Amino acid sequence: MNVIELKDIVKLYDMGGAEEVHALQGITMSIAKNEYVAIMGPSGSGKSTLMNVIGCLDTPTSGIYQFNGVNVSEMDDNQLAEVRNREIGFVFQTFNLLPRSDALHNVELPLIYGGVPSAERKKRALETLDHVGLGDRVHHKPNELSGGQRQRVAVARALVTRPSIILADEPTGNLDSKTGEEIMMLFEELHRQGNTIILVTHEADIAEHAHRAVRLRDGKIETDEPVRKRRLQAAGSAS
Amino acid sequence: MHFLNELKEGLIISYRAVKANKMRSVLTTLGIVIGIVSVTLMSTAIEGVNRAFDRSAAAFGTDVLYVQRFPWVGNEDWALIRNRRRIEAEYATRIERQSMLSDYVAPVAATRRRVYRGNESVEDAFVSGTTHQYMNAAGTTLADGRFFTAEEGNGGRPVAAIGATIAETLFPNEDPIGKVIRVAGHPYTVIGVFEKQGGMFGVFTSDTRVFIPLLSFESHFGGRRRDVTIQVRVADVKQMEDAKLELEGIMRKIRHISPGKPNDFSINQQELLTQTFEPISLVIASIGFFITGLSLFVGGIGIMNIMFASVTERTREIGIRKAIGARKRTILMQFLIEASALCLLGGFIGLMIAFPLSLIVDQVLPTAMPVSVVFISILISLTVGLVSGFLPAYRAAKMDPVEALRYE
Repeated sequence: MNVIELKDIVKLYDMGGAEEVHALQGITMSIAKNEYVAIMGPSGSGKSTLMNVIGCLDTPTSGIYQFNGVNVSEMDDNQLAEVRNREIGFVFQTFNLLPRSDALHNVELPLIYGGVPSAERKKRALETLDHVGLGDRVHHKPNELSGGQRQRVAVARALVTRPSIILADEPTGNLDSKTGEEIMMLFEELHRQGNTIILVTHEADIAEHAHRAVRLRDGKIETDEPVRKRRLQAAGSAS
Repeated sequence: MHFLNELKEGLIISYRAVKANKMRSVLTTLGIVIGIVSVTLMSTAIEGVNRAFDRSAAAFGTDVLYVQRFPWVGNEDWALIRNRRRIEAEYATRIERQSMLSDYVAPVAATRRRVYRGNESVEDAFVSGTTHQYMNAAGTTLADGRFFTAEEGNGGRPVAAIGATIAETLFPNEDPIGKVIRVAGHPYTVIGVFEKQGGMFGVFTSDTRVFIPLLSFESHFGGRRRDVTIQVRVADVKQMEDAKLELEGIMRKIRHISPGKPNDFSINQQELLTQTFEPISLVIASIGFFITGLSLFVGGIGIMNIMFASVTERTREIGIRKAIGARKRTILMQFLIEASALCLLGGFIGLMIAFPLSLIVDQVLPTAMPVSVVFISILISLTVGLVSGFLPAYRAAKMDPVEALRYE
C-alpha cells in the first residue's frame, strides 16, 4: 500500500487583492512504503510548499491527500498535529532543536506530546540516541554539540515515534561536506532498516543518495524517475 | 496521564524560561510583588484594628447600658443638650429597685488624677468612684486580688482596684496587692488588679483606671458637683431593647420629664461604637484594596507585556513544537503555566517581604498575618497570571507552524 497518495494537489497563496500565487498546480504522485524519494527543484519551484503539505504542516487549497489511506486534506489543526506527532518525523536544515533542553529531552519531546508514559519515553529516547551514535552525549545541550551531532539528535527525534515517513528538508544544508556525507550514510542505513524517507533538496549530489527523484518546476512535476547510481563506491560502502 | 505529562512539561519549560531570564522575570513580577505586599499588610492592619477595637468594645460589655448626660455618638445639636442636668449617683439605687429587666446597677464617678508610689507615677490616671456592684455591672475581670466588698464600699474605706498598666508602672517588680499607693496625695491600699485589656483607645480600657469606693471618692474629690455614669447590666442580652425602653421610662420618672418633652439624658451601649466603627473599617479596607487592585492591574499588564515579548522571541520554538505534534491546547497551556509561574513567583516574593513587615506592624498594633491571606495571595497571583497570560498564550497557540518555523 502507498503511504502517501497525492491527487491534483493545488495550493494558492492569496497575496492580497486579485493577485494569487500558484505554488502548486496540480501535483499527483504516490510514495510507497520503504521508498527513498528526493524532491528537487530550484527555489520558487514549490518544493517547500509540497513538503509542508506532505508534512501536514499546511493543507492544500484543493485536491486529495491520503496518508496511509486516510484523507488528511480536510483535517483540522488538532488532527493534523496528531498525524505529525505519530506519523511524520521531521529533519530540518537548521536542526531546530530546543536550545535550553539537552539531547535526551529534545528526543523525548514528541513522545511527551504523544502521551507516552515517562519510563517508556526515556527508554525509547535513549535507545534511539544510541542508534544514531550519540549514546554518550544524551545530557549535552545543542550548543555543546557539533553540527553533525545536532543533526543526529534531530534524526533521533524524528525516529523516536517510529513514524511512517521521515521528511528531511535540506538536512545537509548547514553542514560541511564530510559531515553531510555522514548524515546521508545514516539516512541510507535508516532506509535499509525499512524507513520511508523523503528528502527535499536542491543539491543534485545529495539527491543522488535517494532511489527516486521528483523534479518540480513552477509548481508542477517536471520529471519523476529512478536515480541512476553513478557513485557506486558510496552505495557499495553503505551496503 | 496525558494532561499531567503536558502540565509537567509546561512547568519544566517555565522553570527554564524564568531561569534563563532571571533579572527580567524578577523585574516583571515587581507589580505583583507590590500588590501582594499591599494586600497582605492591609489585611494584617485591618486585622489589628479589628482586634484592638474588639478588645476595647468588649471592655464595655455587650449587655451593659450606660446612663449618661451625653450620647457617645450622634449628631444632636450640642447647644440643645449642653445644659442637661447632671446624672446623680443616687439614681442607681432607684433604678435597681424599679427595673425588672436588669440585674446589677452601679454608679461610676470619674476624674483624672495623678497616681503615684515613691518615684513611680502615672499622670492623668482615670480615678473612678463606684460601689461594690461595679464588678457585676461591667465586662471586666480581675487578674489578681479582689474588688471591694459592700462593707468597704459603704464604709468609704481607702482601698483600690487598679488597672494593669497602672500596676505595671507603679509596681514593676513587685506584687501590688496589699501595698499602698497615693491618689492625688491620699493613701489607698491596693486590693485587686484588673486583667490587661489592651485596646487602641485609652479611655475605653480599664488598664489606666483606679477604682475606689464612691464615698471615698466623694470625700476626697468632691462628688457633689461631678457627673456620674450609671452602668446597668441587663439580665438577658436578648432583651436589650426592652431593657433600654424600661430604663428610659424609669429615668424619665426620676427626672420628672413631662410626656412629649425630649429626654435630657442618654442611654449608651457598645453597639453604638460598633456601628460607628464599621464604616471606618470599611474605608480602610477600600483604600487598601484600591491600592492592591491598582498594583495588581499594573503588574498584570507587565506580565502580559513580557509574555508577548516571550512569545515573539520563541516563535521558532513554537514552530518546532507544533511540527513535532504539539496541539493548540498544549501551547496555550504552556504559556499560561509560564505566566502563572511568573505571578506565583511574584506572590511568593511578596509574601516573603510582607511577613517581616507584618511583624513590624505587630509592634505598633498587636496583630498577626491571617493565614487565609497567604492562600488568598496565592489565588490572586494565579488568577492574575491566567488572566494576563491568556492573550499572549492564545497568540502563540494559533500561530501557523509553517510561518513560525520560517521566523528568524
